[in-house]
Amino acid sequence: MEPSLLSFKNISKDYAGNQVLKDVNIEIKKGEIHALIGENGAGKSTLMNILFGMSVIHNTGGFEGSMEIDGVETVIKSPFEAMEHGIGMVHQEFMLIPGFTITENIKINREIPKKAIYNEITGKLFGNRMRTLDFRAMNQDARAALDTLGMDIEEFTLLRGLPIGYMQFIEIAREIDKKGIKLLVLDEPTAVLAESEADNLLKAMRNLASQGIAIIFISHRLNEIINVADMVTILRDGELVVTKPVSDTNAIEIAELMIGRRVVIDKEESTRELSDDIALSVKDLHVAMAGERVRGIDLSVRRGEIFGIGGLAGQGKLGIANGIMGIYSAKGEVSFEGKTLPLNNTRAVLKSGVGYVSEDRKGVGLLLDESIADNIVFTDMQIHGSFLKKFLGFISLSDGKNVRKHARQMIKDLDIRCTSELQHTGRLSGGNQQKVCVASALTQKPRLLFVSEPTRGIDIGAKKLILDLLRKLSNEQGMTIIITSSELVELCSICDRIAIVCEGRLAGILPPDATPVQFGLMMSGMDMGE
Amino acid sequence: MTKTTAASFIKRLPIPTLIIGGFWVFILIFGVTQGLPLSSLLTDTVRRFGMWGLLVLAMVPSIQSGTGPNFALPVGVVCGLLAMVCAIEFGFMGAGWLTASVIMAIVFASILGLGYGKLMNAVKGSEMTIATYTGFSITYLFCILWMTLPFTSPKMGWMLGSGLRNTIELGTVNANQIINNFLAFDLFGVKIPTGMLLVVFGSCFLVWLFFRSKTGSAISAGGMNPMFAKAAGLNVDRSRIIANIISTALGAVGIIVYSQSFGFTALYDAPLMMAFQAVAAILVGGATAGRSKIIHVIIGTMIFQGLLTNTPPVLGRAFPGTDLTEIMRLVVGNGIILYALAQVKRGDK
Repeated sequence: MEPSLLSFKNISKDYAGNQVLKDVNIEIKKGEIHALIGENGAGKSTLMNILFGMSVIHNTGGFEGSMEIDGVETVIKSPFEAMEHGIGMVHQEFMLIPGFTITENIKINREIPKKAIYNEITGKLFGNRMRTLDFRAMNQDARAALDTLGMDIEEFTLLRGLPIGYMQFIEIAREIDKKGIKLLVLDEPTAVLAESEADNLLKAMRNLASQGIAIIFISHRLNEIINVADMVTILRDGELVVTKPVSDTNAIEIAELMIGRRVVIDKEESTRELSDDIALSVKDLHVAMAGERVRGIDLSVRRGEIFGIGGLAGQGKLGIANGIMGIYSAKGEVSFEGKTLPLNNTRAVLKSGVGYVSEDRKGVGLLLDESIADNIVFTDMQIHGSFLKKFLGFISLSDGKNVRKHARQMIKDLDIRCTSELQHTGRLSGGNQQKVCVASALTQKPRLLFVSEPTRGIDIGAKKLILDLLRKLSNEQGMTIIITSSELVELCSICDRIAIVCEGRLAGILPPDATPVQFGLMMSGMDMGE
Repeated sequence: MTKTTAASFIKRLPIPTLIIGGFWVFILIFGVTQGLPLSSLLTDTVRRFGMWGLLVLAMVPSIQSGTGPNFALPVGVVCGLLAMVCAIEFGFMGAGWLTASVIMAIVFASILGLGYGKLMNAVKGSEMTIATYTGFSITYLFCILWMTLPFTSPKMGWMLGSGLRNTIELGTVNANQIINNFLAFDLFGVKIPTGMLLVVFGSCFLVWLFFRSKTGSAISAGGMNPMFAKAAGLNVDRSRIIANIISTALGAVGIIVYSQSFGFTALYDAPLMMAFQAVAAILVGGATAGRSKIIHVIIGTMIFQGLLTNTPPVLGRAFPGTDLTEIMRLVVGNGIILYALAQVKRGDK
């Protein structure tokens, strides 16, 4: 039997003890479209980083297991070596130069020098990079690559002004123009494309596969995988769940395998009674947050409810809280307790009793070089003018004694592990930093609290403490809490309802006891009716 | 106890500060062995410290706000110069002249500082380069104004023709060393300009106090982490403008303190390179382009100006008959500025 084009054998990888891939085996054959699917953190990107020999892998102690190309064990140490082995990648972000023609973009850094005597001389004198170019040959190559993809656009067109759908094809054309290309990795190639463009891309993929090029297709869109792929591999929490032919499976099974049946951590049994008052209502919210764009969302959250927002990374779930809080520019209608909240005005939103714990603790949530005490009171001092005292009757200064007293109380209440309230937050562990962020939000006594990714990068013990704290706030103070999280388990264990966001829009709202299939299908943008 | 706190204090200083500080101490000792009286060397140092104190302090607000060191210090300086010549023109004398100058300086600096702050917000990411050239441009713009503004006071004009002189004696308005001489006394032969030191330390205290206030902490939060400040509902751009107004005003008042000690106001291209000395001093004191404290101002001004004023006489004595003094002053001064500017990039903003 012919050996596989590429095989991953027993691949394992950990980042400083954090296992991200466990004993993964995948075989990819010539001319095969192999879909790779999994939630965030399932290990897709790490696997691709290993394939391309990215420095992030080698700088963190390499990986275990081996890789074989055409049956020969191969170690790839850099993306350049990967290219020499005939492996190409098309990135989600375009790497193209707008002022160049399509040909120039395709042949960049692999230009063909003109065969002429004067060129031999200039080449000798000034080096090969000074030779003039043979545009006719380059155009021919570019034409051939474009034809393979079924594109009838002129190869000498300037890139600037072309529709975005074309860019993706030009990126692919550049990869297939490379000599000896055997394997092409497409990472979410359809994410930026309109439906008809996406169809064209899928057609082109099939065309490439029929010419013997294997394709690794990373996508969250289940219907595309069903349509185009030959094989599908599902990763979950760094483990390979299954590799099977697409013809033997269906969207529902893939969705279920992707999410998995997981034990929900100590779900509270007591039935929570919620009022029917609407605390927050959101109408047609658009948020321009790069990578987490929101494209029109409607939501209503009841008073005292713990409301979850889930979805895959990059689908826009993080944009909702950021947009309402005015961190990224937003448009739409948001009202809180019956009053309209002004958008793009963080101060006004904070003033009206909305608290916010950012998903980016270190970047947005904290001043790392300042003390715990200062971090806890800062926002409240700025917004409500608290913790100030008068100096000489007219100058308002920070009231150090009061600040420290309040901080000590918070440290006790939230069980923040630190040497004292004057310790800098940069020195704390992730879990304790998160508690400082929550303490800062609670100091403002909000009636609605947005908490984004509360447990990201926190060990399991601290996770439970944070979730318990949120539950306690809801039960004891009747606070409305909106949690945005990539971890479905966490949402299921604490929320009353969970909204799933897909491609910037609301895919649906599910109860926490919905089945993995329901969650999986919604996250993948499949209609429940299908 | 005092010994250990002093030791731990020195240990906390950055190594470059220690090296340059050590070099200064070496120059002092070397000077004494060459027969120069220590008291005269220290008198020079204390006076120069007082002269530069406020100009270096002007760096603190702009660094804290995230704009970086205020390379456009000449903007403040020309405001101070304009205020001083206006006060002379209006006929003020002595303490009245001083008060009028300070008030006008703050008014002019607030107006120009506002414009400068807006400019800094428009060029985020390349503040330092733009600020440097803003400083150069305004210096030369004022060169035109010194020539053309309709001043008539005979104390300031040329013998022939119109326009202001290069240097204007402050003795003519009874303001020569007016702050220095307030409560001045001798300590082991070292002249202590009490009034000037009070002004410098008093201003340091006020700036320290300001950064303990609500507005001040908002400014420094915006400088440390603009996203944090935004999420706390603050207007970071507004904070940066306030900080730059304060910085410009400190520069304006600073040049008045400088001039009265010097005995002259120096117009035309005199302010051109002033920013570099002030930036170098605060960086030598241990500040970075992103973070600074009052203590950096005090240590940095002391060491940098001390080294700059003491090196020429000491080397002049060591190598008599040569014209090394001026050359050494330039080599040492610009060498330290070069070192300090090389530090700017390392400051994690």
